[in-house]
Amino acid sequence: MSDKKVKKTKKEKPNRIKMPEQAPEIRKNNFIEVPTGLTEEMAVAEALRCLQCKKPACIAGCPVSVDIPGFIQKIADKDFSGAAEKLWEKNALPAVCGRVCPQEIQCEGKCIVGKKGEPVAIGYLERFVADRAREKQEGKLPEIAEKTGKKVAVIGSGPSGLTVAGDLILKGHDVTIFEAFHNSGGVLVYGIPEFRLPKKIVKSEVATLIKLGVKIELNIVVGTTVTIDELFQEGFDAVYVGVGAGLPKFMNLPNENAIGIFSANEYLTRANLMKAYLFPEYDTPMPMGKNVVVLGAGNVAMDSARTAVRLGADSVKIVYRRSRDEMPARAEELHHAQEEGVEFVLLTNPVQFFSNEQGRLTGMECLKMELGEPDDSGRRRPVPIKGSEYSFDCDLAIISVGANANPLLTNSTPEINLNQWGNIIANPLNGKTSKKGVWAGGDIVTGMATVILAMGAGREAANSIHDYLTLGW
Amino acid sequence: MFKIVKREEMAQGTIVLNEIKAPRIAEKAKPGQFVILQKNEKGERIPLTMADSNPEKGTITIIYMIVGKSSALFGDMKVEDEYFAVIGPLGKPTHIKKYGKVVCVGGGTGIAVLHPIARGLKQAGNDVATIIGSRNKDLLILEDKMVKASNNFYVCTDDGSKGHHGFVTDVLKDILEKNDIDLVVAIGPVPMMKFVSMITKEKNIETMVSLNPIMVDGTGMCGCCRVSIGDETKFACVDGPEFDGHKVDYDELSKRLQAYLEDEKKSYDEYKKKVS
Ligand SMILES: Cc1cc2nc3c(=O)[nH]c(=O)nc-3n(C[C@H](O)[C@H](O)[C@H](O)COP(=O)(O)OP(=O)(O)OC[C@H]3O[C@@H](n4cnc5c(N)ncnc54)[C@H](O)[C@@H]3O)c2cc1C
Ligand SMILES: Cc1cc2nc3c(=O)[nH]c(=O)nc-3n(C[C@H](O)[C@H](O)[C@H](O)COP(=O)(O)OP(=O)(O)OC[C@H]3O[C@@H](n4cnc5c(N)ncnc54)[C@H](O)[C@@H]3O)c2cc1C
Ligand code: SF4
Ligand code: SF4
Ligand code: FES
Repeated sequence: MSDKKVKKTKKEKPNRIKMPEQAPEIRKNNFIEVPTGLTEEMAVAEALRCLQCKKPACIAGCPVSVDIPGFIQKIADKDFSGAAEKLWEKNALPAVCGRVCPQEIQCEGKCIVGKKGEPVAIGYLERFVADRAREKQEGKLPEIAEKTGKKVAVIGSGPSGLTVAGDLILKGHDVTIFEAFHNSGGVLVYGIPEFRLPKKIVKSEVATLIKLGVKIELNIVVGTTVTIDELFQEGFDAVYVGVGAGLPKFMNLPNENAIGIFSANEYLTRANLMKAYLFPEYDTPMPMGKNVVVLGAGNVAMDSARTAVRLGADSVKIVYRRSRDEMPARAEELHHAQEEGVEFVLLTNPVQFFSNEQGRLTGMECLKMELGEPDDSGRRRPVPIKGSEYSFDCDLAIISVGANANPLLTNSTPEINLNQWGNIIANPLNGKTSKKGVWAGGDIVTGMATVILAMGAGREAANSIHDYLTLGW
Repeated sequence: MFKIVKREEMAQGTIVLNEIKAPRIAEKAKPGQFVILQKNEKGERIPLTMADSNPEKGTITIIYMIVGKSSALFGDMKVEDEYFAVIGPLGKPTHIKKYGKVVCVGGGTGIAVLHPIARGLKQAGNDVATIIGSRNKDLLILEDKMVKASNNFYVCTDDGSKGHHGFVTDVLKDILEKNDIDLVVAIGPVPMMKFVSMITKEKNIETMVSLNPIMVDGTGMCGCCRVSIGDETKFACVDGPEFDGHKVDYDELSKRLQAYLEDEKKSYDEYKKKVS
């Protein structure tokens, strides 16, 4: 009888691995990364769940077509450095993507195993392999092709700029990154918090590029410190623009300039780039709130809310005008936020803010919504319920309803055509803009999207820039 | 990289001048533009207007008042010391053209910001009258430079130790009584700019002020520097720092400047304890 039972469990497919993580009660008080990583045994066990499909659906779900069964097989074979090399063929930043890709709608969303049970944990495995390679200094750096003598300027050091720089240095070109901030990494350093993406990972990826020969000039705002035309005059042969979507949207509500109301960009930049949560060891002050409200429900909103939790807020509310199913954040982020005590106030829209004599935020008024007819995007449109206004106290509000294109660079280069929202128009196949010798990709073209899409665009552009430098426009 | 090549103290050591090596910025700097500086990796990003620039030498000049920890850290740096980061030129340059008769009003370190603007306006063929003011004569800065940059020059001190005994606005009123003025430029403490704008509004004289809200990036990506101009919210770092003085919500600006008062005090006190 008991014999039989054992046999039966053996036949049953093993469950998806659970990523070990810090307990909510503990992690609420620190900025250390939440998931702690897989062990070797866990990774191998998870790798064995992959069916090694002949026609792998997962690859179709990955914007840069990582050879997923390929690298997973190497894990199963315990050839971890081989797995890392497989990843690097398509993805320059696997330690980052393993952590921040919305896998549930990309690779894992398409995995066959997921049709009946839970999909293979592709993201966890990717992170495992990349972390191990970094920590053990394993895996060969790719060979650098013979020097071509051509010079490429990459503007912006976000994931898309880093990808272009990495690809082109390997193809033998001379590459310089120009970055406006005093630190490289783009959103990876100023936006995404330490507890989700440790900064030492980004640092090490950037260090690798420098080792390969990429030069980085920090503190240069292209468009004001130097223009694209001047870069050409300085001897650059091609320019890649990857400046991101760095202009915060506000909501135009009454009293929105009260002290205590921040764009998520400002709140997160203070915390992450300026390390203001370590004030006064670091000099930048960090706004502290007891009752915090975050407006919006994407990754940026979750990051803001979870940062506020860690800074000791009594209550943190996410106010969102649609329902739970429409929240655009990664599933894991939503889940983590909820575990950490973030409250979701759904189908609710802000109306106005209140402030005191000193101009400080004291509360806000909201309106309840209900779901009406589907809109253009197929989502049911939220419509206000008349007379449902209500108010509550808050002393910190973080506005996280998206970002527009920053016009600083594009204003200085009128030959680059823009769309109606100010985003650069680039050929979706190769990233070429309307100005000869200039490519663009990432959030400045698509509006705020994802790390992997920004990297994918960088990859296409790098190929096209290489063709241009060796064959012509 | 951003080495200090010259350092001077003014106004009894309360104001410090640094000339800094920053060739790329020096080549581009125009009157009215500012830079953001950081002393070290842990430091705050602090906006300061360029009081001068020298493209041949590849240097820019800043003049700042010691008011808190970051400016004190800057003030303690010596010649040959380097800033960790200097970013710019930021903000829109002053619109320099021929207006006719112009009055420039400056207070405190606003005088340093005003100097290149007054000089530019005079070079563009304007008749420039300058009024500068401070609490007492020892706190006045750049007097001789301002004299050169102006056709007429007036000094005011709160205690009467030099020039007119009273506020810059008294002298301004007097000039406006006697002359037809085409433009007033006012740069200094928020209350000063507010009162100047009230006076010129009555007479409907175009007035330009330079605003100094708290900033982080200085490139339009955070919204920390937002100010209300008429019915609109503007980002001072990219839409300004100069605005139509008649449209500015000065009360909001004053309040927003107080946002971190307690933290700033704490951090400055700790620093003072450490250095003494
Ligand atoms: C808080 C937050 C959380 C996110 N979470 C996720 C997530 O979990 N998963 C995911 O896939 N995506 C996430 N995203 C989105 C993702 O980070 C972006 O889509 C991606 O970083 C875009 O890359 P990019 O290279 O185009 O631009 P960015 O990362 O924005 O980098 C642009 C760089 O260019 C610099 N720059 C700008 N203007 C100039 C100039 N004029 N001169 C020189 N340099 C300039 C900027 O300082 C910046 O360093 C998140 C975004 C934010 C803000
Ligand atoms: C575009 C611009 C140009 C400026 N140009 C000059 C200049 O040429 N010379 C000069 O002396 N100052 C200038 N300032 C002001 C200068 O930036 C502040 O004095 C400085 O940031 C104070 O930093 P702190 O750490 O020493 O003082 P903190 O301890 O941070 O603050 C001390 C006091 O200064 C006020 N303060 C804080 N931040 C700012 C700020 N960004 N602007 C104004 N007041 C602030 C606070 O309200 C507080 O009362 C300028 C500001 C802006 C925005
Ligand atoms: S890069 Fe992102 S989408 Fe592609 S396999 Fe890795 S985690 Fe999945
Ligand atoms: S679809 Fe799933 S099971 Fe099939 S190869 Fe990809 S990861 Fe493996
Ligand atoms: S300082 Fe960040 S937008 Fe102006």
